[in-house]
Amino acid sequence: MSATILAGTPGTAEVPRRSSRRRGGGLLAAVRSNRKAMVGVVLLVLFTVVAAFPQWFTSIEDPDAHQFELSLPPSSAHWLGTTAFGQDIYAQLIYGTRQSLVIAIVVGGLATVLSVLVGVSAAYLGGATDSALSAMTDVFLVVPTFPLIIVIAAYAGKGSLTVIIGVLVVTGWSYGARQLRAQALSLRNRDFLESARVRGERRSYIIVCEVLPTMTSLILATFLGSALYAVLTAAGLQFIGLGDSSSLSWGTMLHWAQSNSALQSGQPLWVIAPGLCIALLGASFALLNYAFDEISNPALRPIRRPRGKRSAS
Amino acid sequence: MTDVDEAPLLEARSLTRHFKVGGAIARKNLHAVDDVSFAIGEREIVALVGESGSGKSTVARLLARVYKPTAGEIFYQGRPLSGLRSRKDLLAYRSDVPMVFQDPFASLNPAYRVSHGILRGLALHRPDIARADRRAEAERIVAQLGLDAAGDVLDRYPYELSGGQRQRIGFAQALAYRPRLIVADEPVSMLDVSVRIGLLNLMAKLRDEQGVSLLYITHDIASARYVADRVMVMYAGHLVESGPVEDVLQEPKHPYTQLLLDAVPDPRAPLTVGPATDRGEPPRVIDPAPGCRFRRRCPLAVDVCEQVTPEPVELAPRHRAACHVAVANAGLGELAVAGRSDS
Amino acid sequence: MASAPLPDGLLSQEPLLQVRGLTVEYDTAAGPVRAVESFDLDVLPGEFVGVVGESGCGKSTMLFGIAQLLSPPARISAGSVLFKGSDLVTMTARELNATRWRDVSVVMQSAMNALNPVRQLASQYEDVMRAHGEKSSSVIRQRSEEVLALVGIDKTHLKSYPHQLSGGMRQRAMIAMALLFTPDLIIMDEPTSALDVVAQRSLMVQIKELQQRLGFAVVFVTHDMSLVSHFSDRLVVMYAAKTVEIGPTRDVFAHPGHPYTQGLLDAFPSIRGPRVPLTGIPGSPPNLLNPPTGCRFAARCPHRFELCDIAPDMYDTGHTLAACHLHAASREEALR
Repeated sequence: MSATILAGTPGTAEVPRRSSRRRGGGLLAAVRSNRKAMVGVVLLVLFTVVAAFPQWFTSIEDPDAHQFELSLPPSSAHWLGTTAFGQDIYAQLIYGTRQSLVIAIVVGGLATVLSVLVGVSAAYLGGATDSALSAMTDVFLVVPTFPLIIVIAAYAGKGSLTVIIGVLVVTGWSYGARQLRAQALSLRNRDFLESARVRGERRSYIIVCEVLPTMTSLILATFLGSALYAVLTAAGLQFIGLGDSSSLSWGTMLHWAQSNSALQSGQPLWVIAPGLCIALLGASFALLNYAFDEISNPALRPIRRPRGKRSAS
Repeated sequence: MTDVDEAPLLEARSLTRHFKVGGAIARKNLHAVDDVSFAIGEREIVALVGESGSGKSTVARLLARVYKPTAGEIFYQGRPLSGLRSRKDLLAYRSDVPMVFQDPFASLNPAYRVSHGILRGLALHRPDIARADRRAEAERIVAQLGLDAAGDVLDRYPYELSGGQRQRIGFAQALAYRPRLIVADEPVSMLDVSVRIGLLNLMAKLRDEQGVSLLYITHDIASARYVADRVMVMYAGHLVESGPVEDVLQEPKHPYTQLLLDAVPDPRAPLTVGPATDRGEPPRVIDPAPGCRFRRRCPLAVDVCEQVTPEPVELAPRHRAACHVAVANAGLGELAVAGRSDS
Repeated sequence: MASAPLPDGLLSQEPLLQVRGLTVEYDTAAGPVRAVESFDLDVLPGEFVGVVGESGCGKSTMLFGIAQLLSPPARISAGSVLFKGSDLVTMTARELNATRWRDVSVVMQSAMNALNPVRQLASQYEDVMRAHGEKSSSVIRQRSEEVLALVGIDKTHLKSYPHQLSGGMRQRAMIAMALLFTPDLIIMDEPTSALDVVAQRSLMVQIKELQQRLGFAVVFVTHDMSLVSHFSDRLVVMYAAKTVEIGPTRDVFAHPGHPYTQGLLDAFPSIRGPRVPLTGIPGSPPNLLNPPTGCRFAARCPHRFELCDIAPDMYDTGHTLAACHLHAASREEALR
């Protein structure tokens, strides 16, 4: 039961609210007041800055070079110690951020674009096209992804970043497409879309300019979900050696650490550091996902009563 | 058609619309609208009254070209709508006959400011207005509709406005096209009582000052009386009665109209509670047999009502009803049934 | 509200329900919002009380407050609800359960939402009866058939699912469910709003018949004043979380004391009598986050004057009680 007293909820006869005049302004305030969003944003910004300007964080210019003593423990010169090949772990971590982040964002973006195209078109075009697109989505959904990834990655040659990205996009778009199709179907008969049809708008206009803007929160969630998927799966692929072992990323660090039995030989930081970073990057996407859910749906927000104020009994 | 004096603005002849229901095996037809004929003239408000399942919303959508009729034809300014082929022709029709929706919140896209629909409408239907002038035109229209601080209201989002304000924006969107006929599908049903009158007065003002006709679709016969010049009553897909609003309401010819009138709670009427004998609800009309669809609930039903579907017959000037008994009472026909002899 | 004018014949009885100072607050990020403020009401046995108001006035919240059905972030922050002498607000869950459905039952707005769509009516009625201690299947079955007969539904429909019934039948099935233990009080939250006008009327007549036959009291919330006009003994008019008028139904219609009530009455077009232009009530209700300190209707009132900056008490107009300074006997009385 909700007595719609709160200003701004639909169906009430209320004095119009003037608080968020610009959509952007409202969003910024919402993000700032939500703890999960703040943590996620801070982490993401931190990682982005590190990826963009690694030189600000470490003086070592070529982290791949075998330039130091092997397997040193942490010290003031090497904050996380060195690897079995004589590379500074901290510097590797810093420079490795770029690839991990790029994979996350690019895969997230491409997979989302594909999900939107397939999902929303299936919902709107209906009929045989919908059946065909849905069938295709379902196939990609049920195929076991990890074995598929391994097969594709192995077949395409251990490879480049492009192969990894391609493989992740191909296996990662179908889940989002399902969800987007479901939401687009539920929106199909909303009055404002009928209003646009009666106005005489073209179907393509309606899909792009009327439907998609109302689906932004789901599209954003799809992006964050795909990015999270990419971070973790890319790390997994690189760990088992299917990535480009000669390039530098957190996953490849894990790979080399494992091949050199880092945990057993007293070099836990070589494993823990990149593992922790992968987890943190993944967590930042997950937190942002929860946060945007709460921001767009007030019913999910935790109510925090102002401390110390008790109302009259 | 004797509904209007001069050539009608819009005329529907034998309008029919069926929907397929049921699975692939047991395909049935839902008869939403069957053989409905009416005309709407210039500068008049015609109310289309009916309960759920009467087909009134389907009629609205047929006029707004959301669906195409299964049978029958709609003539606009004398020309059939099925003849509209090109996008240009269709746009020209839509620009003359827009629609206002029932739910003031759901009919505005929540992702955009309320000016969006009006500006798009201007872009599509008023090429005479240059892009730079569209905003000013939107402000002018919105001011005409009694929205204060017109410039301000256009920049709000739908959730920031009250129900009454949103519905005025809905009318603004329709007015932006310079329409001849606005199809309003239950425009006040979801508004608070104290706000409804304002919108009904607005509709009357549109007719008087701007010469716009309105098809006002509603289940509330009292509001139909307040604002309309003529009223049409639908039941289970059929048009059962139509005529000038005072005539139909003071001297209803069809038993269903009488039932509707009896059911309206009127605070000004004496406070008495009569026995309610009717507990029926409108049927869902799936693959119906011929005969009057009201016969099950009708206190006057006779044998012929079971066998022959009544056609609308003019029983008083411009006042038509589709009822065998009413026709017989007016001396215009007999309740004869094939195979029976009646005196 | 012991001094509220009551319909004849009911004066001598003890009130079944006594609500005093009921206040319901919602916790929001912007601070607490009072959806219902200091609501008072007495309901006598067998009385039909209508509560009318527009969206946002607090009538449904008040009803749920009385029935102890509020969930966070809403809560009762003040007041008492005395039912047959016991305060429902302070009762434990166990005590409440004993009272629920046996003494007080609720009919919701939309039967389609309140009935379980995947279970037959019979099993839903059985659920209710077993939850309140009835163990015998034959008694349950018999009672279920009885209540359906009371509302005019054939007993074969016990085996129906909600979607198989028409809208009006579903609402009547809900009312039958509310009657299972013949409670003393049934509260109804707009039970007819989803129905067509003919079905609405027949349901209202049915409710009134049952009430007269079985003797239960009814508190009926609606936004449609004319709907209750023929059926209620007393009428309460709410605006912006407060009661603005209360009195016998006939008197409220014939001699409305509050300008808002008058405005509402004037907003109904009539199907009889002359066709006159009407004006409705311009403006919107106030934002309850920050309600005005004086009379909450003042901003929209055609009779506003300087005393309206002070919140009015309920004054006796001779016909009803109205919260409007126009009826203060003197300036001093208003300023008190």
